[in-house]
Amino acid sequence: MVAAGLAAAPSGGEKFPAPHIEYGMLAPMLIVFGVAVAGVLVEAFVSRRSRYYVQVPLTAVGLVAAFAWTIGLAARDKPFHAAAMGAIGVDGPTLFVQGTVLVLALVSLLLIAERQQTSFAAQASALPGSEAEQETTAAGTTQTEVFPLMLFAVGGMLMFPASNDLLTMFAALEIMSLPLYLLCGLARRRRLLSQEAAVKYFLLGAFSSAFFLYGTALLYGYAGSVRLSDIADQLSKDAGSETLMLAGVGLLSVGLLFKIGAVPFHMWKPDVYQGAPTPITGLMASCTLVAAFGALMRVYYVGFETLKWDWRPFMWGVAILTMVAGAVIAITQTDLKRLLAYSSVAHAGFLLTGMVAVTRDGLAGALFYLVAYGFTTVGAFAVITMVRDAGGEAAHLSRWAGLGRRSPLVAGIFAFFLLAFAGIPLTSGFTGKFAVFKAAVEGHATPLVVVGVLSSAVAAFFYVRVIVVMFFSEPEADGPTVVAGPATAAAVALGVTATVVLGVLPQPMLDLAGHAATQMFVR
Amino acid sequence: MSPGHYLALSAILFTIGGLGVLVRRNAIVVFMCVELMLNACNLAFVSFSRMHGNLDGQIIAFFVMVVAAAEVVVGLAIIMTIFRTRRSSSVDDANLLKY
Repeated sequence: MVAAGLAAAPSGGEKFPAPHIEYGMLAPMLIVFGVAVAGVLVEAFVSRRSRYYVQVPLTAVGLVAAFAWTIGLAARDKPFHAAAMGAIGVDGPTLFVQGTVLVLALVSLLLIAERQQTSFAAQASALPGSEAEQETTAAGTTQTEVFPLMLFAVGGMLMFPASNDLLTMFAALEIMSLPLYLLCGLARRRRLLSQEAAVKYFLLGAFSSAFFLYGTALLYGYAGSVRLSDIADQLSKDAGSETLMLAGVGLLSVGLLFKIGAVPFHMWKPDVYQGAPTPITGLMASCTLVAAFGALMRVYYVGFETLKWDWRPFMWGVAILTMVAGAVIAITQTDLKRLLAYSSVAHAGFLLTGMVAVTRDGLAGALFYLVAYGFTTVGAFAVITMVRDAGGEAAHLSRWAGLGRRSPLVAGIFAFFLLAFAGIPLTSGFTGKFAVFKAAVEGHATPLVVVGVLSSAVAAFFYVRVIVVMFFSEPEADGPTVVAGPATAAAVALGVTATVVLGVLPQPMLDLAGHAATQMFVR
Repeated sequence: MSPGHYLALSAILFTIGGLGVLVRRNAIVVFMCVELMLNACNLAFVSFSRMHGNLDGQIIAFFVMVVAAAEVVVGLAIIMTIFRTRRSSSVDDANLLKY
């Protein structure tokens, strides 16, 4: 029988159709991946001294080109397509998320490329404290592989929210995460902490992606396909094994919630944010969260939309836990990077409030929130890279005592970012929170909003505590100094501008987010 | 044997891997347990592929193998780096980041 099958094959009983790929619609991703590969070639062929000067413009051009193409796609009449045989969805929300990721990656690039206070090891393979390390540091080399690695991660982030089937999504998840695991371990100072962060992030990240994959396997068993639309069809038919379906949805959710850092899957976030080089923390806190949230919404809105009465109570619980735990644990933190990590956990909870509404307003609110939070958080981490003492960044809260007297401008800017995190009016944080809470109330999730407002009040306490430490305590004699490199200063300026503009004049961006959300994710 | 048996085996392997990640101390062994979980996923994909009579599951298994191989490269590099610094690959020794 096998022989007969083989004999019949060449005669063309069943032709294998060539896949149809819309290169134009995939171009943003292809540009970023292409430039990343070119960056690897630069590492191989350009002399060590001039690599930095080739890599930085190359990376910037790649990101700008991808962003311009994304704008071009979004400006067309109907940007709603499923490209590459339905594997990649190109639609309003996805393009919005991709554009946000690209802009925030450009701002993070400013931090990563900063030369005056470089955050990356001269040679990551040299042992901390060894002669080899001293030699490479004295030679003034830097690990320029950072730039291609960052581009690969950004490419994965573009693909993650666009994936219309779970296999593509798994591949995107790994493309996004693997370079980030490496980047976490490349800090120039406190290298033990950095390496520890890399190991923790890697082991936990791999663990969570195994859950994601087993969930995918069970959903494949349930629906016979990993395409989100096929899973949705099978769900609306109410056929197949419910056990497989529920277990699959649960395991898949573990993987996705890990990536956004929702409680109880948040344990990696403080450790990784604290240990990683601060520019990479900025990249993770903004771009990764945006991309992962886009992917989470796509899976739930497209794949499990018919199941929303089942997953909404579950998401309620996760959102409440995330908001409360993030805000309460942050109170006891004494390290600023760790404090911002817990604040990021709490913000993931606020975003989930907008997501459980499952309405266009909820989607638009969450999209706006992502832009607002992304800019503020990159700016805040940029300020942290500027406050330094002999041992590098002085991230411990006690070292920031009296910073307001020594450098009022920097302390004032940081205080402004903290107020934006807290959601004070006239900052982007207020508009974002208002948008998601309003959508949640309209989506009959009022208790969630009450919890959200209460935990915002708790969160405001520790933000204000930092401000009090900065402005109302005596500066130490050997306190840290502010070192502002030009690129970092530019990143801070962009962060401040976005936070002010989105707070005072939010309407254009709200309109843009609303326009992007007019049609939900393409199936 | 029916494909159902293979599914049961895959669930058992996944559980062993998950438990291993939680209880083992050596970073390499923890990582091997994650790989065991990924292979359990592959077995599930292939069994479901057989049950549904389509080839998607088998193709997915190839993708997963490629991704797992890439993950090994990155993972071993990271574990090697911290081992050279600390002279230990126990995940309990990496305890500087807390509170």
